[in-house]
Amino acid sequence: MIVRKALSVCFTLFFLCLSLLASAQQQNTEKGPVNEFFRSDGKIYVVVGVLVIIFLGIVLFLSRLERRISKLEKRQQPHS
Amino acid sequence: MTRIWWKVLAVLILLYTIIVGLTIQIPMIGTNAESSRGLFYHVPMWISMYTLFTISVINSLRYLRNYDLKYDVSASSAANVGTFFGVLGFATGTLWATYTWGGSLPTDPKQMSTALALLIYMAYLVLRMSIQDIDKRARISAVFNVFAFALLIPLTYIIPRMVDSLHPGAGSTPGFSKSDTDHHMMMVFYPAMVGWTLLGVWLYSLQLRYRKLELKNIFGNDRP
Repeated sequence: MIVRKALSVCFTLFFLCLSLLASAQQQNTEKGPVNEFFRSDGKIYVVVGVLVIIFLGIVLFLSRLERRISKLEKRQQPHS
Repeated sequence: MTRIWWKVLAVLILLYTIIVGLTIQIPMIGTNAESSRGLFYHVPMWISMYTLFTISVINSLRYLRNYDLKYDVSASSAANVGTFFGVLGFATGTLWATYTWGGSLPTDPKQMSTALALLIYMAYLVLRMSIQDIDKRARISAVFNVFAFALLIPLTYIIPRMVDSLHPGAGSTPGFSKSDTDHHMMMVFYPAMVGWTLLGVWLYSLQLRYRKLELKNIFGNDRP
């Protein structure tokens, strides 16, 4: 179980790096008021990072909750 | 439900939609501009909600067939998570509308009828809380759920298409036409729908297992 979890985390990180690279390559050169605001200095990636951290935090919370529920289920099983 | 691969898939897809959805080039149109990216996050809430409400009504029908309480637990858990996604969809919609339609709650038929549909499902959840007897609660709420679903489809899908609205997918404003969304957006949009639906089902499975544990404590260890 732990190995599988660790594998999935590694896979996730790998995927993340890949897509970051991919999106960095298609950087936008067009100028317009919106583009200048939204992508100034390419710092939109900071926002993306913030969202990724929050999302991964929620996922971590969910998987911990899931593990706790499984543990409770297992504890109840022998009695039935 | 305890298998891990589809949960990992959901997380990977959602990471993809967060990263790529915020960084790809999209067409800039009128007052929408960059807010068009909301498509990747606002619409999947509704898709997830529809999926969960469908699971809910199917379980209610199964309950009504043989009065097995286990289906009632499934139905209420799905309705619970479905309403949660509905509220998220509504909240993101009003925020979006504030900056593109010039008001968070304009008298838009789609917003009004969706609010009604959500209120009906909230009534379902409140109704459940008001009945103490478990069997009576299950029967009444199963019937209510069938009617709620029967109203959900016309209220959120058919009526908004018959009248004029600012919302894409209404009578005069067809949604997702070629002029306002390009195929790059669809490469994020379709996975986003799948990812959020999977996440919704994950939340539903957690809720369901928790409720079953709770009931086991009430009933002893044989039910449901």
